[in-house]
Amino acid sequence: MPVTTSSERGPDLHTPLSGVPLTHGQLPRYAAQFTLLAAIAAGIALTLAGWNPAASAIIAGAGYVVVIYAWSRTVEGPRKARDRLVTAVVTGAFLLALLPLVSVIVTVVGNGIARFDVEFFTYSMRGVVGEGGGAYHAIMGTLVVTGLAALISVPIGILTAIYLVEYGRGRLAKAITFFVDVMTGIPSIVAGLFAYALFALVFGPGVRMGIMGAIALSVLMIPVVVRSAEEMLKLVPNELREAAYALAVPKWRTIVKVVLPTALAGIATGVTLAIARVIGETAPLLITLGITSSVNLNPVDGRMATLPVYAYYQYVTPGVPPEPALERAWTAALTLIIIVMALNLIARLISRLFAPKTRG
Amino acid sequence: MAKRIEVKDLDIYYDKFLAVQGVSMTIQPRSVTALIGPSGCGKSTFLRTLNRMHELVPGARVDGKVFMDDEDLYGPGVDPVSVRRQIGMVFQRPNPFPTMSIYENVAAGIRLNGGRMKKSELDDVVERSLRSANLWAEVKDRLNRPGSGLSGGQQQRLCIARAIAVQPGVLLMDEPCSALDPISTQAIEDLMLELKTDYTIVIVTHNMQQAARVSDVTGFFNLRGVGQPGELVEIDETTKIFSTPSNKATEDYISGRFG
Repeated sequence: MPVTTSSERGPDLHTPLSGVPLTHGQLPRYAAQFTLLAAIAAGIALTLAGWNPAASAIIAGAGYVVVIYAWSRTVEGPRKARDRLVTAVVTGAFLLALLPLVSVIVTVVGNGIARFDVEFFTYSMRGVVGEGGGAYHAIMGTLVVTGLAALISVPIGILTAIYLVEYGRGRLAKAITFFVDVMTGIPSIVAGLFAYALFALVFGPGVRMGIMGAIALSVLMIPVVVRSAEEMLKLVPNELREAAYALAVPKWRTIVKVVLPTALAGIATGVTLAIARVIGETAPLLITLGITSSVNLNPVDGRMATLPVYAYYQYVTPGVPPEPALERAWTAALTLIIIVMALNLIARLISRLFAPKTRG
Repeated sequence: MAKRIEVKDLDIYYDKFLAVQGVSMTIQPRSVTALIGPSGCGKSTFLRTLNRMHELVPGARVDGKVFMDDEDLYGPGVDPVSVRRQIGMVFQRPNPFPTMSIYENVAAGIRLNGGRMKKSELDDVVERSLRSANLWAEVKDRLNRPGSGLSGGQQQRLCIARAIAVQPGVLLMDEPCSALDPISTQAIEDLMLELKTDYTIVIVTHNMQQAARVSDVTGFFNLRGVGQPGELVEIDETTKIFSTPSNKATEDYISGRFG
């Protein structure tokens, strides 16, 4: 047998592979931070030199990306350089996406805080001209209408999802899935027109009622509830259903006692987010509810005020002088944002409270 | 209470695909019957026809007769739910209900069926079932903790306790130890030997040593070829199957020549 040389036996593990050293150059520890500071300084300098702030920010950002990529490529090699490039781009995209959010919050809080007082939350606009007044009627209207919409859409949505996941086979299930998808894309104004047309058929044109708004909102809300509940029910392992069937539990009881409790956290979160999605709708409520200046808590009796429509009308028809109305509009917007944020927090809380516990 | 099961000429279908063909066997009460065979030969499918779980798969159906103490399980007007009340099942992976405590898991068979029972009686049932499943000592101080917090072997014993809490006549076990470590496996095997004084047990297993250890009767399932239906090749006393099987394929399988 011929003696094999080391080159024939494959790579020798004691010496580094040819051409691929294990060490390579590294940028100094604070290279990225330093470059960023330089870019920011350059941006500020450009602004001071009379450039548009947005333009100088874009140039500073682009300058940072170019400098860090070129520097890293010469010192660290192409893979690290690509990593730094993508990190910079992704972070930039994130900051860009954050910009409108921060801007909206700053503007709304800044303008809305002036009237964020007790009077705003305890008075309606009845008999108010100029200063004073509040949005008590609009807040209550929003709560009543959205609550009614949730009351209509949550049972329909969850039952539809149960049908689709547990029973639906064949054409009917496919058709329902398709129409739910179509409903997701309905413009909100169309939902409002639908509710208006429906009630105009019975009560004649010009009808305004809280329940109409609730129906318009539920048209928008049902597909969201169906979709989220469907996903959550699909996540329930089939083994749990089989375990229940093997214990001689009938199908409907299995769904009520095993499947729904297991998916409850997700469904509740989905419902809360669906509510948050429709609570700020303006267009359908503009058509179906109109606006009023006094408190009306009866959803089947005439016009009702809601926060988004209230804000809209305060802004569009401010009166003379306009300042108090504009301030009320901003505060209404701020209140709406706070309600939506509270709903999101509640959704998180619900998903934490109801989630199946794995540890004792 | 333990029931005898008699299967006559059972063909099992998924839609038009014939999965298992021509099975006939008698399962004696108060005994452990093991079903062995290579993967995909229809052991689990056959097991699931015994408590009518098979038909939960859309398009699945059977042809033939299954008797439990002279009652035809597939006769007209037989409610699958009542069949499952008599024939319990334990699955391959432990599947306690995640939203329920240990106590509620064991009581699930009674509570989910809408059974009204005094708290003290239910306590007794839960304790008796957990004792029978050799789990009482380990969980008696944390009955209100979630069942999913137990170890895998404990969870599987919890599932056995849940299955025997409703006092079925027959207990079906579909590879109950395949997801467990050797110690937990031993605990479950010991449990089977204890339970067979009260129940008829049918177990599907890939582990031939396990079949030899726990069963009184062993049935060997095999496929004639790819795409062919599975069939029951041979069923006999376990000692005979593992010493002098009458069929060549059985001998090849248990001696490890294939499978």
